Amino acid sequence: MATVVNETTPAAGRKPVLLQGNEAVAEGAIAAGARFFAGYPITPSTEIAEVLSRRLPEVGGTFIQMEDEIASIAAVCGASLAGQKAFTATSGPGFSLMQEMIGFATMAQIPCVVVDVMRGGPSTGLPTEPAQGDVMQARWGTHGEHSVIALVPSSVEECYTLTIEAFNLSEQYRTPVILLSDALIGHMREAVVLPDPAALRIAERGMPDCDPAEYDTVTSTLDNILPRPPLGSPFRVHVTGLVYNRRSGTPDTSDPAAAADLGRYLREKIYHHRDAIVRVEEVEMDGAEVAIFAYGSVARSAMAVVREARAQGVRVGLVRPITLWPFPTAAVERMAEQVRTVIVPEMNIKQMSWEVQAAVKGKAKVVDYGRVDGKLITPDEIFELVKPEFYYHKWEER
Amino acid sequence: MAEHARVEIRCSGSGGQGILLAAAIIAEAAAALGRHVVQTQSYGPEARGGASKAEVIISEGPIDYPEVQTPDVSLVLSQAAYHKYAGDTKPGGLLVYDSGLVELDPGDDRVVRCGLPFTAVAADELGKKVVTNIVALGALAAVSGILPVEAVRDAVLSRVPERFRELNEHAFGLGLRLGQEAEPVTSSAPQTA
Repeated sequence: MATVVNETTPAAGRKPVLLQGNEAVAEGAIAAGARFFAGYPITPSTEIAEVLSRRLPEVGGTFIQMEDEIASIAAVCGASLAGQKAFTATSGPGFSLMQEMIGFATMAQIPCVVVDVMRGGPSTGLPTEPAQGDVMQARWGTHGEHSVIALVPSSVEECYTLTIEAFNLSEQYRTPVILLSDALIGHMREAVVLPDPAALRIAERGMPDCDPAEYDTVTSTLDNILPRPPLGSPFRVHVTGLVYNRRSGTPDTSDPAAAADLGRYLREKIYHHRDAIVRVEEVEMDGAEVAIFAYGSVARSAMAVVREARAQGVRVGLVRPITLWPFPTAAVERMAEQVRTVIVPEMNIKQMSWEVQAAVKGKAKVVDYGRVDGKLITPDEIFELVKPEFYYHKWEER
Repeated sequence: MAEHARVEIRCSGSGGQGILLAAAIIAEAAAALGRHVVQTQSYGPEARGGASKAEVIISEGPIDYPEVQTPDVSLVLSQAAYHKYAGDTKPGGLLVYDSGLVELDPGDDRVVRCGLPFTAVAADELGKKVVTNIVALGALAAVSGILPVEAVRDAVLSRVPERFRELNEHAFGLGLRLGQEAEPVTSSAPQTA
């Protein structure tokens, strides 16, 4: 199965528009075919709900403001089971409340998208300030062995394109996909040229290509993940959070082999396709001696450092994961073979840096740098981490 | 950090003064001209009051780091915002402020200062304090020269609902005239507004 990816190259002749990150998420979702949103407004994600409350009715969709975030994701799961592309958007405290139902969607293989616009935490924390403290929560927030797909935009344009990709991936792999934006990207406005809607590639859900009467006897394989037929169709479906028989869908908690089959499948369904799912942007990695591993808003500061360093003849490159989960292990392994130092600046304390270290396996030095005060790490701060790695460079003469 | 030529603008004041909208309008004008532009904002959890800021970066090339560190132009609409945010203005840069609400510190002569009574003009001549930000935008467009005045005016009008069009057009025009007649102070002579 090929992964549907929309390149960010805009169609020629299209005019730039000033768009906010959160607005771009809302518009991206509509372009992806999402027609159901249930949510509970929370800073800094509120504009997503605000825009959709107006836009979804315009395109024949449904917008519901629910009583809380638990109900929101429950409604999203219900809408998706009924055949709609559905999603919700929230921030830290709401994302915490949604974890149980994200697990349910993972277990029951319900395609849906959850947008988490990260703010300072824990708890109410810094409601209006950006953070990257939810990256591990995105991976492990719901209990039990599971796998997940999480994408992390670093521009308004990517808020649009990656929202579309999130829907595509959720449909293709029948799993919740998390879009990890943050308060800075979400509230930021940029002049962007959006792709031509007619040129977008959209993954549609479709129906299983088997006889409805035989549906409960056929099974998805890793290379042929059957679409979920909507409730009310001729296909009989059983939806449960219990461990179930992968053929019939009916609960089966007494057979360890069936539990293992399902557990392994839910993980491998994602990891078997890791190469197709994972996207990483590498900038100036040709001949780089030091790499900065940065994602989301921090990647923009890292990018400024790479440009400045290269202008000074200093070989620094950027490895920017666009897919945070599954972790881009292959790209990090390749980077570790090449550079002597990997710098990992992030707006949390060491969350992804541990993951980088595990993949680097001691082949390069890993320098972590964290900030949890709600402020974006600056290029100057990263530059101070780069300088000691080029002790022979005559910085003062420049 | 050396990047492409870039201009940094910081609008600051207290929540409710329309700081954010002012910055979004500047960004809109720049986008319409095909410039690279990024607009960010920073405010507390409160809906009114507090010192808030909204920033715009306009560049001929891609903008990496999206925040403003040393603004070339600062617009200040409250005393608290002056103390919290104006000090970072680039030496020799431009400080445009509401002369009725902001008292400059003695000896603050690192920057070119231009104090104008935005709030008073909005309240007295238009009877609508709510358009203070648009009056200030008109003056800023005239004094700073960061963007063609027409582009800013178009952006103002594209952002406001039809029924408030005339009011905002008037407010922008008043601000523009204030700005055109203003005499920014570059020396360390005491500022009179």
